[in-house]
This record gives sequence, C-alpha cells and structure tokens, in this order.
Amino acid sequence: MKYVATLHMPVPKMKSFMRFGMSVKGMQKTHSIRSLTARDSRNRFVTVRMRWFRTRTVMMRLFPMKLRRKMSTYRTIRTDCFMSDTQKVFPGGFVVIRLDTVLDPAVLQRSQMITENPVDITSVLMDESAELSVSVTQIVQRLKGTHLHSQLEKQAKECLHKPEIKLETLKDDVRRLLKASGWERKLQNAVYRELHILPPSGHPRAPPEHTKEPLEYMCKAQVNWEKRILKSLNSMCTELGIPLARKRPVPEQKELTNKWNEMGTDEPDLSKFRPVYAPKDFLEVLVGLRNPNNERSEDLTVRSHWGLIQVSLNVRDIPQMREMYPELGLTYGQLGIDDHTHVPPDLFESEHIHIGKKVVSEQDSAAAQQYSRQGCPTGLRAQLWSLILNTTNDPEDITHYEQLKARVINHDLLVDNLIYKDVKLTASNDDYYFVFEDYLYQVLLCFSRDTAVLEHFSYNSATPPKSCIQNSSGSEQCAMVYPPNGVIPFHGFSMYVAPLCFLYNEPSTLYRVFREMYIRYLFRLHSVSSHPSGIVSLCLQFERLLQTHLPQLFYHLREIGAQPLRIAFKWIVRAFSGYLSTDQLLLLWDRILGCDSLEIVAVLAAAVFAFRAENLMEVTSLASAEAVLADLSTLKVMPLLQIFLFATSV
Amino acid sequence: MSKNKQTAGHKGACGSQKKKEGEGRSCIRYRCGLTNTIQDVLNQRPGWVEVKDDGEWDLNWCDVGWLRENFDHSYMEEHVRICHFRNHYELTRKNLMVKNLKRYRKTLEREAGRLEASKCDFFPCTFVLPSEYHIFVEEFKRSPGSTWIMKPVARSQGKGIFLFRKLKDIIDWRKDGSRSEEQKDEAQVESYVAQRYIENPYLIAGRKFDLRVYVLVTSYIALKAWLYRDGFARFSNTRFSLSSIDDQYVHLTNVAVQKTSPDYDPEKGCKWQMQQLRQYLTAKHGFETVQTLFKEIDNIFIRSLLSVQKTIINDKHCFELYGYDILLDQDLKPWLIEVNASPSLTASSQEDYDLKYRLLEDTLHIVDMEGRLTGKEKRVGGFDLMWNDGPVHTDVGLEALGSSCLVANTHLGCVNDRQKQLQQLLKPFPGQKRT
Repeated sequence: MKYVATLHMPVPKMKSFMRFGMSVKGMQKTHSIRSLTARDSRNRFVTVRMRWFRTRTVMMRLFPMKLRRKMSTYRTIRTDCFMSDTQKVFPGGFVVIRLDTVLDPAVLQRSQMITENPVDITSVLMDESAELSVSVTQIVQRLKGTHLHSQLEKQAKECLHKPEIKLETLKDDVRRLLKASGWERKLQNAVYRELHILPPSGHPRAPPEHTKEPLEYMCKAQVNWEKRILKSLNSMCTELGIPLARKRPVPEQKELTNKWNEMGTDEPDLSKFRPVYAPKDFLEVLVGLRNPNNERSEDLTVRSHWGLIQVSLNVRDIPQMREMYPELGLTYGQLGIDDHTHVPPDLFESEHIHIGKKVVSEQDSAAAQQYSRQGCPTGLRAQLWSLILNTTNDPEDITHYEQLKARVINHDLLVDNLIYKDVKLTASNDDYYFVFEDYLYQVLLCFSRDTAVLEHFSYNSATPPKSCIQNSSGSEQCAMVYPPNGVIPFHGFSMYVAPLCFLYNEPSTLYRVFREMYIRYLFRLHSVSSHPSGIVSLCLQFERLLQTHLPQLFYHLREIGAQPLRIAFKWIVRAFSGYLSTDQLLLLWDRILGCDSLEIVAVLAAAVFAFRAENLMEVTSLASAEAVLADLSTLKVMPLLQIFLFATSV
Repeated sequence: MSKNKQTAGHKGACGSQKKKEGEGRSCIRYRCGLTNTIQDVLNQRPGWVEVKDDGEWDLNWCDVGWLRENFDHSYMEEHVRICHFRNHYELTRKNLMVKNLKRYRKTLEREAGRLEASKCDFFPCTFVLPSEYHIFVEEFKRSPGSTWIMKPVARSQGKGIFLFRKLKDIIDWRKDGSRSEEQKDEAQVESYVAQRYIENPYLIAGRKFDLRVYVLVTSYIALKAWLYRDGFARFSNTRFSLSSIDDQYVHLTNVAVQKTSPDYDPEKGCKWQMQQLRQYLTAKHGFETVQTLFKEIDNIFIRSLLSVQKTIINDKHCFELYGYDILLDQDLKPWLIEVNASPSLTASSQEDYDLKYRLLEDTLHIVDMEGRLTGKEKRVGGFDLMWNDGPVHTDVGLEALGSSCLVANTHLGCVNDRQKQLQQLLKPFPGQKRT
C-alpha cells in the first residue's frame, strides 16, 4: 500500500515549522496543522489527524528536538482528549478519521513533504481486516438488546427441542434451522441496515465529533447555524408568550384524541407563527462557507469556480458517476423510460416486475436495493422500499407509534405550530398531496416526540438543540433536547413525508419508513457537512456539472444575476419533493435508495438546466429564469438523467 | 366564399353544398348555447364560425332546454350534428336510469342466466318515490339501521339531497314538502329516488371521493362508444364518518356542493387526475387488482349504455358526451351513481380547464365535421373506442400476452399522449400546413 499524505489543515505559527524544512509558498498564511490526508491504493481517502497539542508527550518522541521545545509552548485548542491510550493503539500518536476534501495541487505538494516526515503513516492506518473487525464488533454491539436479538435467542432455544438437532453438531444444526425458518435473512437485513447507518470506516477511538464531521470549518458553520435557529425559536417563544412545551389539560387531550384523524379540519390561528427558516436562509449559510485553508482570492486560476459554493470538496464528475452508477446506463432497462405506464407491459417491464416479485418473496434487503437502481414497479414499490429500509410493522413498532401518539396528546409543543403552519403552507396547497394533510400531521407530530431519532446525531454533523426546562417544582433547571427528536422543522419539511403517503396507508408503517428515510438520507439535506451526500457537496456538484458541461449557460446566467444554485437550491433541499409529478418523484427516490446516495439529486438539477438550456439562454433576469424553471411537473426524470450522465460528451 | 353558397341552401335548415365525402368543408358554422370551455374550444377551431340566435348551423352545442323546445320542429340536413340525443334523459334522469337498468337486468336473467345478470349489480338498491314507496318501505324494514340517500330525480349538482336512517325522517319530509308547495296536484310532486347509501366507500387518507369519467356515444344503433383516458377523482373536503350524517358536505363530492362548504378553499382544488388515482391504487393494491377494477368500471359503461340502447331514439345527427359518476367501496367494487348529459364543463382550475379543453377538442375530432377520419379508428386523441357493436380489443401487445387473451381497448387513467397520436392520425385542417 502506498500512501500519499496530504496536509489539509494548517499549522499554528507556521514560521516555526519552516525551520524544519516546510517552507512552502502560501503556507505562511496558515495557522495550524492538525491533520493529514492519505490516499490508499484503492483511491479511498483517509485523514490522519495529528494531535500534538494535547498529546504532548507523544509528540515529543515523534518530532525532532527543536520542534518539541517549540510545541510545548502552544496551548491546547480543543479540550476533548484521548490521550492516555493513544499511544497504545497508535504508536505514532495519530488517529484515523474520514475525509472528503478535494486535493488541490498545491495541497498535494505540501503533502509530499509530510511524507518525508519521520512518521510512518502506514503503521497507523488500520488494515482491511482490522477495520472489518471493528465494524463487526460495533454491529454486534448495536444488535444486542434489540428485539431481533431476543427473538433469535428464543428461536434458537425452541430449536433445541426439535428431534433433528443433535448434540454433536449442535451449532450447525441450530444455524441450519434458523436459516430454514428465515431468521438468518432477517439478521442479514438487520446487519445490512446497520452497515448503512454505521459511520463509515471510522475508528472507535476517534472522538465522536470526528464521525459527525471531520472538517472543522464545517463544524463551526453548523454550530453557528444551530445557534441562529435556536435564537430565532427562542425569540418567537418570548415574543408570542408561548412556552416551548406544556402539558395539555385533560379536556384538551380528549379533544385531540377525538380529532386525531382529522387534524386538518382544525384551523388554528397561525398567523403569528413563521417558519423558523426557509431554504433560502440556509443557502446563505452555505454561500458563506470558507475553508480557511484555501484562501485563493489572489491566485484565481482557470479552474476557479463560478458558483456560489466557495469550498472545495471531492465531488464526482460525470465519468466517475458513470462508473459509480453503471445501472443507470443506456444499456440497462429503466423503469421510467422503458415502460409505458399502463399500455400492455413490454418485455422489459414484465421481466422486471417478475424479478421484483422474486426479490420481495426472498425478503432480501441487499437484493431489493440493487433492484431499485433500475426503478421499482408501482405495485411493488411499497414493499421494496420497506425491505430496503428494513422497516417492519411488528406489534412492537405499532406500540412504539402508539406511545408517540400518547406523547403528542399529553404535551403541546411550540414546534407543533410550526408543523401545522408548514403543512398548511406546503402540502395542503399542493394539487396532489392535499389529500394527505391529516397523515402529515400525525407523522410529523409523532416524529417530533421520537427520541429514537436522536441516535442519528452520532453521524449527523448537526447537534440536537438544547433548551432549559424548569423542573416541576420550578426551582431547578435542566438542559433538555428540544424538540425531543432534536430536529427543528423548517419551511418545506413536511414535503419529506408527503411522497411516502402515496405508498403506505397505515400511519405506523408510514411513520417507520419516513423515520428511516430521514435518518439515512434526508437529514443530510439540511445540515452543513462534507459528506458526499451532504447538501454542500450536492450544491457543489451541481455547480461543477453545470460549469463543466454547460459553461455558456452558466456564464450567461451568472452575468444576468441568476446564479443557477439560487434556483436549484429549493429542489435539492427537498430532494425534488413537491416539484416533480409524483410518479417521477418516486422514480427518482427509487434511485436514491438504490444507489444509497443523494448525488443523483444534484445531477438531476443540472440535467433540468441542460434540458431547458435553450430557453434559459434567452432570459435576461433572475425572475424570467425562475419562470422558465417554475414548472417541473412535466419532466421525465429518467430520460433526463440518462441523457445527462451517459449521452453527454466529456 | 363557401359561406355564401351555404346560406343559399334550404330555408329553415342548415344547408350546405353537397361535397365529396372526406373532402371536408372549409367553413363550419356552429351554434353554442353554453358559455364555458366549450365556447373556447369551438371558437379556436380553425375555420369555424359562430352563428348567433336563429342563424343556420352545422353543429349545435345546445343545452337540453333548447333541445326540448326545438328538436322536433327542425329539419336537419345530412351532415348536421347536435350534441344530445332526443330522449337523453332515459339515461341521465336518476329514476329512468334505474328503471332501464332493472329492466335490462331482468331481460338478461331471462335470456342469459343469473351469472350474466349479476354483472349488472353495479348500482345501489334504488326506488322511485313516491310511486314505489311501498316496496321501498318493505326493503327499508328488511335492513334496519342502514343509511339511505334521497335525491330529486331531475336536479343536478347535488341540490336537494339528504341522508336518512329512520322512516320518520322521510315522513316528515313528505309532509313538509306538500305543505310548502300548496298545490295538491299529484303531477306537481317532485319525484325523488331513495337509494341505499354506500356506507363503506373507499377512502384515501380518510376522505371520500368519486370518479368522473367521460364517455362519448356517437351512435346507439349500432352502439358505438368511446372512453376518454382522462378524468378525475373529486374529494370531499371534510373527513368521512357515518356518525356525521347531517353534514352533507362529507357525503357529497360534487364540486358544486363543495363550493358552498364553509372551509372550501378554491385555491386548493379537490381533484386528482385519473392518472394519479390509478397510480395511487396500483401502489396500494398491485397491478392485477387495479386492472380488474378498471375492467369492472368499463363494464358499467357498457351495460348502462346497452340498457338504454333500444329506448333511446337513435339519430345519426346526434352524439352525446356523458359524465359518469362512479364511487368505489372498500372492496374496490365500483358503483354507478349517476350519468350526466351535460357534464359540468365549467373549469374549476387551470388544470381542470386544460383537461376539459382537450376532452372537447377530441370530441369534435370524433364528431368529425371536417371529414378527416376514415371511420375505422380505434383511437382518436384521448378517446379509445370501447364498444363498436361489440367489444373492441387492442391490436398491440398480443404477441407478448399470447393470442388467446384479448385486451379491451380501454385506457382509463393511462398516459394520454393525444398530441402525438393526433398528429399521426389527422390530416391537417384545410388550409393549414403540417408542421
């Protein structure tokens, strides 16, 4: 394995480093080195973070004497620490974390110098098997104590009473029986699900915030953004004199129980409430993002970026996308292209449906996911999606849902009003989704009370907001996550649920599927992170694709003051929900689930611009550009994606 | 120029110079008694001109009132077309429709057996009041606790409708009715139908809805009927529950009634396109179930038309566009609620306008005043030929499915790519160049 190490975080007081041969132009400006980036033979990226400030002793041994002395004068920047046993695990005093930054030539140059450092990077990187065993332990740990685990145990015990079990081959026999009874498949699916949400290739020793977000400027931006949201929520709270939460009086509880299924008929006065934020506020945050490492204002080059997103992240271009998602290629059949909705099914469609039925009967998550890349047939979609997301509708799920419902009935939260307002503003006005108004209230209100959602903050760059809650006695105060699920809804949030109403009738099933969709994919669309499916990467990818493949259009739009991202951002944040016609939206989401990535959303946004390029070239203002792109309901998703990805010359 | 020639035709009728079949007339005079979408459609058709008042016409899109007053007195030339059949009410008046259907069912039972007759069980148990009051009471007592709905036979758009569960309610209503109207004259008593209320309608997210489907009949002997691909589902604005029996808004899905509902928001719209509904149902129940459902819906159109085939006075000048109201129950069984002769062509939204515009345009294509069709088409725009003196089957897809299985040529709720189809099908309008 050969590693190319890259320095991508600057060093404090660079001058001191220059004494050790690190005198590269452009580095004088930087302030602190804290991590290294390495690329292994398979082109995966790994970041190696140096922790010398805190693990002073470790560093002392690592660096030449002169530096050691210098280092000891610096203060620790972060207070979190994993000092004591770092040495044992990582002889070099390094920790492996994930990385996604782009490699700039200049940065690469720097990296080469680092490799000349006395540090042996290979020794600190875990090899494949170690990585795997860590993952295995983590998954085993997570699955222990779940309902599935106890059920498996119970099944195994029951097996013992069967005559075909022999003591000599006990282990194998039990395994065989579990396999035959379908429990092995269930376990497989559960493991598969854990793999999806497992923080990728992190090390258990890495502090939790690294799995959340490895880039510090991203962390900071997210923290500041959260502060703003919380402030705005708090000020609304004081302005209106409404408590964040209160217990409902009994008559009110009864009333709510009675109209649970028709909450939409209630028309509370919501004029005082305003959404905490709208996508365009969030866009401003993203536009303001800067990598302190890449102050390139002076050296604008040919590669400079015309778009609004000013950070560099590693996003895939078209050839890479082709490689990643070959199933979307022209030689593969696609639902959404190779079918004519209801005219007697053509050969591809009937074959595809046939396979789909098989996948459903096999109950295999992984197969369902692979299958979904070519689209799910309308009649099987609900089952396939549940399978991919491994959501069940066991009695315990229903009980959980009922508990959440009881919580909604018991307590009134300020965010409820925001949810009401949002549904009224979006879904209720939608030509199609208006029917599902009541379902949306039910699901979203329950969602806001679900503390199980908090789990996803271990890999989400966002942190659940906390708020002081007075004790019942009124004397003590304690910090509580608010709302209980840690997610403050914004304008358009309910559109994440709306398309799912199309598939699931049972509120508890609908709820489960939505929650799983949220903690796997949708949360990424409104938190600042460097993840490839994160909103920043998607925006950047969109702009890069446009700039590379439609430079004339991009330039024209930029000149007239209609930055493409200003138009496309709302589509991306909602993963197009509410913009496309429902059938097309579901075809798009099929691919999101199938490819396990939101990148396709960015590609579609670019493809829409490409499709309307001719008209866009004629507009002369942002308003008219918006008008050209106002109605997407006639677009056919799959042909657009295919043409853009596979029929564009690169 | 040709207009002058035409006015030289017979007095009191709509004359025209006989021209060769298929050559097409360069100018078509129409009369339009309605002021909504249809007027726009006629207006924008190239080469068509409107005539006012008593002018001579080639096509008359009249209301039923005009028909009643004038039809019998006018002489119509060969090529002239009018948009209603003389006694259209045989199908569109609630009491007559039921009468015809019951009779048709009896005939079937006698001639083809029970099984065949049972295919007509798509309308709820219905009695005409006051004439069938006694049989109604008998039936009412046989099923205690059930809900019934009363509808005046000749009124439309949900006027005068109410629900009841006790005989007492209806007795009170009868007294009320006679007292207020003063006239004791039997003929003056308004006829009502009492219909078994469908208590388990199919609900989408707790809301009731019905379907509006358009069927065009161009001839009764032999029966030739076309089914339009588009249509819509109309949702009730409030949530369905049988306990709120007095709240008529829950139960009626007519947009006309909905509009007066206190929380009606015209911006919101309460409609789904048929395509969306079909997709929704497919997503929930799978292809096969939905296919069966739509087959059953086709059956309703055909049987109901066959039931009046012999009663309606066939006239080669007439065609008629029917608006069928269909309700689904929880078992996905479709029920025929009523048939409208003059379906509401006033659009409630842009989308609705577009749908109706397309529908009427295609209707005119089929009526074919311009002589652009061969008469052998199975599809014209959004219309598919459903019945042509017998069931019509599709041409395509046979190889894939095996020749033994014939697929009905109906595509309700399917993709309506009419523009493309029309372009292939139609010769350009006279004087218009194909692009």
